[in-house]
Amino acid sequence: MPEAINEMACCDGSQPVPREPGFWRRGGWLLLALPLWFVLYHFLEPFADWLAYTRLGLTPASRLGSAVAFFAYDAPKVVMLLALVVLGVTFVQTFISPDRTRDILAGRAGIWGNLLASVFGIFTPFCSCSAVPLFIGFVRVGVPLGVTFSFLVSAPMVNEVALFLLLGLFGWKIALIYAGTGLAVAFLSGWVIGKLRMERHLEDWVMQIDFKPSTIQEARKSFSDRLDLAVEGVRDIVGKVWPYLLAGIAVGAFIHGYAPEALMAHIMGKAAWWSVPLAVLIGVPLYSNAAGVIPIVQALLGKGAALGTVLAFMMAVTALSLPETIILRKVLKPRLIAVFITVVTVGILLVGYLFNAIM
Amino acid sequence: MKIEILGTGCAKCALLGKHADEAARSLGLDYELSYVKEIPDILARGVMSTPALVVDGVVKLQGHVPTSRNIEKLLLA
Repeated sequence: MPEAINEMACCDGSQPVPREPGFWRRGGWLLLALPLWFVLYHFLEPFADWLAYTRLGLTPASRLGSAVAFFAYDAPKVVMLLALVVLGVTFVQTFISPDRTRDILAGRAGIWGNLLASVFGIFTPFCSCSAVPLFIGFVRVGVPLGVTFSFLVSAPMVNEVALFLLLGLFGWKIALIYAGTGLAVAFLSGWVIGKLRMERHLEDWVMQIDFKPSTIQEARKSFSDRLDLAVEGVRDIVGKVWPYLLAGIAVGAFIHGYAPEALMAHIMGKAAWWSVPLAVLIGVPLYSNAAGVIPIVQALLGKGAALGTVLAFMMAVTALSLPETIILRKVLKPRLIAVFITVVTVGILLVGYLFNAIM
Repeated sequence: MKIEILGTGCAKCALLGKHADEAARSLGLDYELSYVKEIPDILARGVMSTPALVVDGVVKLQGHVPTSRNIEKLLLA
């Protein structure tokens, strides 16, 4: 590896990728696995129906029957979709790093900065436990405070994996609404915090601490390297998320089979004005991965819950969480924490009411 | 060789430590592995996304956990 290789020159993709002799051995399995995936996926529904109605002898009209069929179809379907989505997303994410995002956002004041930060928040990969060092790293190289917040709100709220799961399960309209409203809340929250000029409400050590970003000397990644990373990502994320998913699907199956439609429509329908704040209140203490919420969302929508209410619920679960707030308290003084929570909550409520009004 | 694992102590940091340990041992290196968990110490090394791997003061990777095989390459480079 050359001594002075720097990040931009090493990974911006402008150089031709050298063909590795190992490609067919290391990446060739994809050519077999992908068609197999589509064939299996296609036969999931007939298989679930066969299992529930023929093999187990349940009737489609019965509550147990429809709950079982929902679970038997949804569990493998969502897990398969998740694996495919994570493979693709992780592959793309090998081209993006928090360092590069930070350097792009540094010094970008104004609306454009908030907008860029919200979009980059979706795709920039980072472990949620590094939120604090990341926050400090951003602020210290000159990313404006409001822009940093747009990034921090968007990152958990618009989850890249959840986005493509929604696309696979509900189609592009719902996926677009999810991404669009999440981006809007992230954009607005950051913009408001920027306008309020709250820099002095950062804890003092944030600006005093010694930080000079290091240039990483990572070797250029080949296609096979990126594919390896993507497979590691699938193993890692699917391995971590599946209990949430199965729990979510079980709750979803229960709602699908047993929850009375009239009651659900009454509680979560658009006629009830209090349904949106209630959804937020229920959502905040629930701490789940965005992917785990989706099966519940699916069942709720099926039972006549209003779209705005469901969106508000989903956003509250992912964007406002107690553990994250406690962690952020290390770098934010109480007033900034309060403003952060208020602004995000108001944004979520607005989205909920807006969609209940227009859909 | 001085190997440092940077991270506030989540599961990924422990995993990176385990992989780095395996890698260094299978290469038969003379090494000393330690964990850097305090945020100021992490930032002082110029790192903002964890987990990160620092070898003899040089940041080798940050933000993800490779297999021990891939860490071997980083240790040799």
